[in-house]
Amino acid sequence: MNEINQVRKPPVATTGIIGWFRINLFFNWTNSLITLFVIYCLYQFIPWILDWTIFSADFKYNYLGEQITNQEMCSRNLDPENGGACWAVIYVRFYQFIYGFYPKVEVWRVNVAYVMLAVALLPLLYTQLPYRKYFLYFTYIFPVIAYFLLNGGLGFTEVSTNKWGGLLVTLVLGCTGIALAFPIGIMLALGRRSKLPVISMMCTLFIEFIRGVPLITLLFFGMVMLPLFLPEGIDMDGLVRVLVAVTLFQSAYMAEVIRGGLQAIPPGQYEAAKSLGMSYWRMNLLIVLPQAIRISIPPIVNTSIGLFKDTTLVIIVGILDLLGIGRGTLADTNWLGLSYEIYFFVSLVFFIFTFGMSRYSLYLEKKLKTGINMGAD
Amino acid sequence: MKKLLSIFAVAAFAFSANAGTLDDVKNRGFLKCGVTTGLAGFAAPDDSGEWAGLDADMCRAVAVAVFGDRSKVEFITTTGKSRFPTLASGEVDMLARNTTWTISRDVNLGFEFVGVNFYDGQGFMVPSALGVSSATELDGATVCIQTGTTTELNLADFFRLNGISYEALPIETNDEGKENLFAGRCDVYTTDASGLSSTRAAASNPNKWKVLPEIISKEPLGPLVRHGDHQWGDVVRWSLNAMIIAEELGVTSENVDAQMSSNVPEVLRLLGVEGNYGEMLELSNDWAYQIIKQIGNYSESYEANVGPDTPLEIARGLNALWTQGGILYAPPFR
Repeated sequence: MNEINQVRKPPVATTGIIGWFRINLFFNWTNSLITLFVIYCLYQFIPWILDWTIFSADFKYNYLGEQITNQEMCSRNLDPENGGACWAVIYVRFYQFIYGFYPKVEVWRVNVAYVMLAVALLPLLYTQLPYRKYFLYFTYIFPVIAYFLLNGGLGFTEVSTNKWGGLLVTLVLGCTGIALAFPIGIMLALGRRSKLPVISMMCTLFIEFIRGVPLITLLFFGMVMLPLFLPEGIDMDGLVRVLVAVTLFQSAYMAEVIRGGLQAIPPGQYEAAKSLGMSYWRMNLLIVLPQAIRISIPPIVNTSIGLFKDTTLVIIVGILDLLGIGRGTLADTNWLGLSYEIYFFVSLVFFIFTFGMSRYSLYLEKKLKTGINMGAD
Repeated sequence: MKKLLSIFAVAAFAFSANAGTLDDVKNRGFLKCGVTTGLAGFAAPDDSGEWAGLDADMCRAVAVAVFGDRSKVEFITTTGKSRFPTLASGEVDMLARNTTWTISRDVNLGFEFVGVNFYDGQGFMVPSALGVSSATELDGATVCIQTGTTTELNLADFFRLNGISYEALPIETNDEGKENLFAGRCDVYTTDASGLSSTRAAASNPNKWKVLPEIISKEPLGPLVRHGDHQWGDVVRWSLNAMIIAEELGVTSENVDAQMSSNVPEVLRLLGVEGNYGEMLELSNDWAYQIIKQIGNYSESYEANVGPDTPLEIARGLNALWTQGGILYAPPFR
């Protein structure tokens, strides 16, 4: 065995921890400068934010050991040198943030609905679930169960949607909007590409009209004008009106996202399906849509996250979602001036949901191998 | 926009005004009252989720007048933009949403303001360290001002009348004004006096800020109902008046039972011991008694929600009774 064939280790400077640092953080002098600057900023910022949010913060009691019931009792208001965030406001108002003004005796129904929502999402999110088929049946009937649970009927006392609020409203709007907009969006996308002129024109008109106006305008339309079009005596619930507006808005955007996916499918796929004698619906359901939706995952998640955050606009029409409850709390004379804590908490909740959606879409993309391998597997 | 609103108002009017609102409310079993989505001292949910504040008390007073029960009210939250369409379309029976009484709202939008439950007006807030005691000393100051509001016009008029100059720092929201003032980017913040008080109360050290005595505009805030239903308008109007008259006569929630055997004729009329004023309004005869018993008189409501003992610390000022230097004045109860 001569020396050339001997296995030589790579230079120390390109492998292991040192190598990773050299390549990623200190590759050249500009790179090193930026790294040092970022480290300095983090060094300045992280201790401060940790101190404010955790170490110096009040959670339920102030530094004198009293239970906090208003902003004057927060440590930082008793002694500006002492104390960070005053999370007691979240502690005291937690019920309102999660359930709104839902009656306390009936709140178990919301809790059951929250748990059921998780169970209903399980087979959709995790395809290897054992007995997935039976779970899916549950998912299909979940909206009906949730309606009776939350709203009342079938032996449950009625709880007017006026009493709903906080995370409950945010989730109802977000989930319903996203879930309903998906099938409607698919139909609109197919309709817009249809060769039948009436269908294609109607779909195009709808999409362009809805996309052409801001969500706030649609919310106002739903809130103010819709009741005027309904016959006298029919009283449409405020939340339902907002749901209609949100769903229409999201459908139009979803339609365009899916149309983008449809356009990426090579004509050969359509022709192959037709040559096998497939009908229009079979072709779309079995051949075209599965591929089109798969490549549309990133923009679908994108618009869904957008909608989830846009639900905060409902405060304009007087519905108190998570953010609305936060602002209502700020208007209570007991809690004036705690805006940092409240907005921090609300953003954290929104971040948890949107970050979860975004991580899940990454997992889905990896699992379905979208991207460059597309068509090869 | 205004034209559009009045079209809604007329359209809604066409099919909702014929039925009496009072009967609708009685049949429904509860009152629907439009309030803000949250304004310190006027209407905001408390820790248990109950609405509290001066406007919330107004709603409850009407509910008590009709049902004798302060809980028979559903609060509908409305924003500055949605409040009028909500009232016009009949979704609420009344608004108590710190709404300024103006001619165009009263006449053109087809509403009826039934009284004033808070006299507000535009004021100025400065840092105490500035050493200013009157707004006329503000020559050359930088003023934080919400753009596109009547406050902007009032400000310009006031400074021109007094022959002094200022520099405007335009802002969009109350929060923005607060942050700018606290950060020292402007010397003065101007908005309605009640708003200034809540801004001041939200500061980490309220004593560092002070509200100047000048009030440069009229902002009478009051409950309103739809045009054309005078019977219902009377119920709301006299619910408010009953609270004011009760303060005048010294009847409070504490002493109302003892006052039932008072020797003052107006007290006896107010509490329903004499006369049939409740019947005239198609209410029970003890309606005013119940309001005072369950909500309190005007002063009690004021002190509990916005008065000097609350964080807002708003002195009675214009809102004192006419006998005590204010302009609060209710017609006689006879």
